[in-house]
Amino acid sequence: MDLTPIWLTLKLAGITTVLLLIIGLPVAWWLSKGRSFIKVILEAIITMPLVLPPSVLGFYLLLAFSPEHGVGKWLQQAFNIQFVFSFQGLALASVIYSMPFMMGPIKSALQQLPVSLSQASYSLGKSKWQTFTKVLVPNIKPSLLTAIVLTFAHTLGEFGVVLMIGGNIPGVTRVASIAVYDSVGQMDYSTANAYSLILFSITFILVISVFIFNKYRLKSPLE
Amino acid sequence: MISIDIEKKLKVYQGQRLLKIAAEFPTGSIIKIHGPSGAGKTTFLKIIAGFIQPENGKIVADKVTWLDTSAKIILAPQKRKAGFVFQDYALFPNMTVQQHLEYATKDGAWIKRLLAIGKLETLITHKPEHLSGGQQQRLAILRALAIKPKLLLMDEPFSALDADMKTGLINDLRSFFKDQGTTVLIVSHNQQELEDLADRELIIDTNFHE
Repeated sequence: MDLTPIWLTLKLAGITTVLLLIIGLPVAWWLSKGRSFIKVILEAIITMPLVLPPSVLGFYLLLAFSPEHGVGKWLQQAFNIQFVFSFQGLALASVIYSMPFMMGPIKSALQQLPVSLSQASYSLGKSKWQTFTKVLVPNIKPSLLTAIVLTFAHTLGEFGVVLMIGGNIPGVTRVASIAVYDSVGQMDYSTANAYSLILFSITFILVISVFIFNKYRLKSPLE
Repeated sequence: MISIDIEKKLKVYQGQRLLKIAAEFPTGSIIKIHGPSGAGKTTFLKIIAGFIQPENGKIVADKVTWLDTSAKIILAPQKRKAGFVFQDYALFPNMTVQQHLEYATKDGAWIKRLLAIGKLETLITHKPEHLSGGQQQRLAILRALAIKPKLLLMDEPFSALDADMKTGLINDLRSFFKDQGTTVLIVSHNQQELEDLADRELIIDTNFHE
């Protein structure tokens, strides 16, 4: 059995999770503070992938990044970057598609922290950034862990979006979920079963680990 | 000298009420603030600290304008550096007693003295969840003192302390305030409390008067 789709899937999930962590923490922090019309719109956009059919999202990303016109053409000509049918395209689509899984738990945890924690830190002369990194983030560790694992696990199981924007190029965009579909199409049930079992096992171990870890090690002291 | 003249609309059941306070406090004075629940005592302290903005007002502390709504001057809480003891303590769950004080100051000798004042020397590795209510309250006071504030705002700071601990701590605080020339505003629900510590009194009710 060719393990390349599994490694490609893990690589995609890892990159997506790291990128979303970098983007998600500050954005979730900003969204958690107060409400405004812009925030409501942004939150709705971030939440859309939860309810939108993945093929719809994939279709629009395909159109947006097509090298034939618009943004895709400009990226191709100016930077020689192609998002369609490439690994970077998969990463971009995964970041967009998995965004609510990273943002949701972090934003909700930040909102639940008493506002007096930030105020206490400010009264000691600490900046907003110092308060965020030294006080707020360390006190949402369980939710942060949940967000990281959910994002990683969700990216492992992506299908519609990656198929639309990445296609099925072996070694480049043929991730495990597509390899399963492809194997079934070729009536190769044993290979489909092997890929499925590996995906199932990784996801199950990840999810059960976070439950155990949060229950015994990282239970929020604010609870 | 701290001079305060503020107006803030408070949300109350079925409407709004105006919190209007004008007062001047000499540097080094200790002021006890009391009044009925919901009168706006905590809001008043938070306005001074810069956590809440009033609709109209001016606050000048030692000739520095902290707030002037007409001139659109709003000094950030970080610049005001008023020590604040929160009613809910607002301790950081991720930090030990020692780390709380180290977060506020790098002065090791001062941290040692604070720990002695609060009688928390043996608990430096404990996080708030492993401290009693009284110990948490003392840590909240010590953390606010750690920055040696010129103005200290205390919201029900002794409510969880037993009588002996309270008397001892108040004696230590009195000498600290005198040494540092700290101006202190203490909210207390008990009108008889702190009579031997405070030298002034501010009553906040629906009709403010000093």
